[in-house]
Amino acid sequence: MKSPVTTCPVAIRIQEDDFDIAREIAVLTERRTDIGAVVSFSGICRADEDSSNIASLTLEHYPGMAEEEIKRHVDEATSRWPLNGVTVIHRVGRFIPGQNIVLVLTASQHRRAAFEAAEFLMDYLKTSAPFWKKEESATGSGWVEAQARDDEAAARWTKS
Amino acid sequence: MKVKYFAWVRERIGKAEEMIEPPATVRTVEDLIAWLSSRNEAYAYAFEKPKVIRTAIDHAHVKADAVISGAREIAFFPPMTGG
Repeated sequence: MKSPVTTCPVAIRIQEDDFDIAREIAVLTERRTDIGAVVSFSGICRADEDSSNIASLTLEHYPGMAEEEIKRHVDEATSRWPLNGVTVIHRVGRFIPGQNIVLVLTASQHRRAAFEAAEFLMDYLKTSAPFWKKEESATGSGWVEAQARDDEAAARWTKS
Repeated sequence: MKVKYFAWVRERIGKAEEMIEPPATVRTVEDLIAWLSSRNEAYAYAFEKPKVIRTAIDHAHVKADAVISGAREIAFFPPMTGG
């Protein structure tokens, strides 16, 4: 009996340009008949942050480490869940509300692995990938503070 | 060794990176933060709350007690807020 296809292509990109979610899903699933589920998470710049009205967000990153840190977590995700493909795109630069910031795609045979891996990757992207947001509003600009709830979200994946 | 600064740490220090040669008595990340803080007010301001500062050695997160010898690149930055 032939063993099932287990290839898991991984794409990690940090870019200024926008991404096209439909196109990224098509790339991930092209010529594959083993994928039964693709989960897509996109993070979007929003206007309201703690009641201050955001005019723009600027995202800074640590080139080199950002890609490596994402790769480490993608590797952990592929070892924990039976994944058939992962795409992570994180944009940097200046954004206005409504614009895309981040995309995570996880593909698997069944939905549960894809849902869980996408959530795992996003929780770690927020707390351990070296990106920082600076927000500008009518009242001035300032660096976004890390949220304890994000650390708690990441901590629940820690193996006991 | 090369040091890099990001986000408000970079803004407070006023530069993104520099080459440094700390004395041999500076063994750990914690020591290095104290040594840098003693340079001038800008560094002291950037590192005023050392527990808040995150550190990476050669692109990997480390804790304050990590030994810095052999490091090619050390980066200091605030808690991350990407995603």
